[in-house]
Amino acid sequence: MTQAHYNFLFIGISFAIYIVIAVRSRASSTKEYYTAGGGVSPLANGMATAADWMSAATFISMAGAVASDGYDGSRFLMGWTGGFVLLTVLMVPFLRKFGKATVPDFIGDRYYSKLARFVAVLCAIFICMTYIMGQMRGVGVVFSQLFGIGIPLGVIIGASIVFFYAGLGGMKGITYTQVAQYCVMAFAYTIPAIFIAIVLTNNFIPQLGLIGNYTQGGGDPVPFLDKLNNINTEIGFSKYTDGSLSTIDMFCITAALMCGTAGLPHVIVRFFTVKNVRAVRRSACWTLIFIAVIYLTAPTIGAFSRVNLIEKLNNTPYAEAPAWLAEYEATGQMAWVDKNEDGIINIHGPASSSAEKKTNNVFIPTAEIKTPIYPALDAPESQRIGKNGERLIANAIDRTNPNELYFGTDIMVMANPSMAGLPKWVIALLMAGCIAAALSTAAGLLLVLSTSVSHDLMKKIVKPDLSDKEEVTYARIASFLALGIATYFGINPPSAFIAKTVAFAFGLAASSFFPTLIMGIFSRRMNKHGAIAGMLTGISFTALYIVYFQFLGGTASQYLLGISPEGIGFVGMLLNFVVAITVSAFTPAPPEHIQEMVENIHIPSGASDASDH
Amino acid sequence: MKIERPRKYRSASLRITFTLLAFWLLISLGCGVVFRTWLDDNFPTVGHAPFGFWMAQQGAIIGFVLILIAYAALMNRLDKKYGYSEEA
Repeated sequence: MTQAHYNFLFIGISFAIYIVIAVRSRASSTKEYYTAGGGVSPLANGMATAADWMSAATFISMAGAVASDGYDGSRFLMGWTGGFVLLTVLMVPFLRKFGKATVPDFIGDRYYSKLARFVAVLCAIFICMTYIMGQMRGVGVVFSQLFGIGIPLGVIIGASIVFFYAGLGGMKGITYTQVAQYCVMAFAYTIPAIFIAIVLTNNFIPQLGLIGNYTQGGGDPVPFLDKLNNINTEIGFSKYTDGSLSTIDMFCITAALMCGTAGLPHVIVRFFTVKNVRAVRRSACWTLIFIAVIYLTAPTIGAFSRVNLIEKLNNTPYAEAPAWLAEYEATGQMAWVDKNEDGIINIHGPASSSAEKKTNNVFIPTAEIKTPIYPALDAPESQRIGKNGERLIANAIDRTNPNELYFGTDIMVMANPSMAGLPKWVIALLMAGCIAAALSTAAGLLLVLSTSVSHDLMKKIVKPDLSDKEEVTYARIASFLALGIATYFGINPPSAFIAKTVAFAFGLAASSFFPTLIMGIFSRRMNKHGAIAGMLTGISFTALYIVYFQFLGGTASQYLLGISPEGIGFVGMLLNFVVAITVSAFTPAPPEHIQEMVENIHIPSGASDASDH
Repeated sequence: MKIERPRKYRSASLRITFTLLAFWLLISLGCGVVFRTWLDDNFPTVGHAPFGFWMAQQGAIIGFVLILIAYAALMNRLDKKYGYSEEA
């Protein structure tokens, strides 16, 4: 069987499982549509939440971020898991007690205002859309690799599948499908790591291998991280264990990711499917344990794949390079430009650059073009294929540095098993896992988005006499529209790097929902004026900053206090707090019954029912 | 006997929450970011990994899981003490 056969076999089996589950649990009532009837067990809910939580960004992109940034990659590792702790401890038990289906619902009721609800819906839509764009991109990357097709077509295929089971099954179909997806993801992620750990460090536990010795190729064992640090510094990168981000940027990005996590509508809503407040706590523990299985493995994959990539390619003549290089060239994920015309692949870091602003770009990125572009298909062969047989790119080459190899960090996880020469079935399993990750999160996000529109916008604001059935129909229509838009942006994303796009979504959540929810839960005095002013200030500031630097060509020298767009959500969050507290101090306190409600949500018993199913 | 003292319950639960959050802050932004270089230089390695680096990439995550387990256990015990325990 060829690799393609294995891939289709594994993916086909996993899809069959998902679709069967989705069809069998087809939702008909709105309660089932939104919260899966509310009686899911903590363990199952834990797995499903973990799968929902671990998106294409986590699965595919994060290990790549660690591979390329070393210590700096920890911002994603700590940010996303740490945020989960915040979520569990500060938000979920209280929101669960409150018992409403969505975050805008809580905001609308807690802040006794239709305007607040409307602003919350806008924020939810904005956040979810940004997040979904990243997922659709991830889906595209995976399918493109799988079928050897371009990313745009991959995005479209993936989008159709997401619509099918998310739109049909609602939350219930999604929950159990996600349990299955978690299992696929966990195996798909850890098995390659174990194999590679054995090859590189002679230890079948990747986490121990990472802190152990590099033993491949005989010779005296050298500590693995020392080897990696040396590999890096020899060719002009900073030490792997040091990274290169400033402490303040690292702090802000990590904090923004943590607070953003705690403000994410689609994760919060996941906990409404559990029986009561105490079950919520247990479910959250399980979720974090399941998440930790993967997050503790990601740094090992990052480190191993970096070693593999550099050892296998650096200073190797192109003609002798492994076969997978040509495959990745074909899908645009890797590119080689023979800058010094010696036929040998030379990899270098920014320190080797002779320019004033040190980078190791192979080609010069512009505001619109950040990935390789290629000559037209009908161009003469001499323009498409180089002297050594490499695929030529059409970008302007950056000759101020000697780095010749471009690789998209998003392929590190997928490329890892190929680079390490693992068996075909392992690669196929990983593919199935990548798809599971991308689809499960995209479905969850789509649901939140569609319910924001149908429940929070249509039913609560625009047309209160909507019947249950009509509401569900609106939800499905909204799904379809949202998916269309997300697909478009999956093809033309704000950042070619999935984890970065997702980080922006988190920054937006950190600056809008997190403060407003926290103040709503813990302060009886916070009123609607403060909340609305805060949300608007936070999200506008953050969104404008991101748009300016990602789309309008702002440069790093213009950063506020040296904080990049990835981290600006932290500042947006502080702004939200300040504005909200100030405005509410000058405006009337919330009515008595609202203040009582706030008291009430701190009492753990008597939460609204969750029905069995 | 069912004892319900909402105010006392609330302050007890907030105390648990803030203590755990203090640990949370310490192991993540503390050890992993702000004090990282100092820890790398002054603390023993974990296996062959610098301490701060290891905390940021592995230790913090393990710590988070422990924090959540402690949270669930402590809060459930608190619920029982104040009579808020429901049949699970």
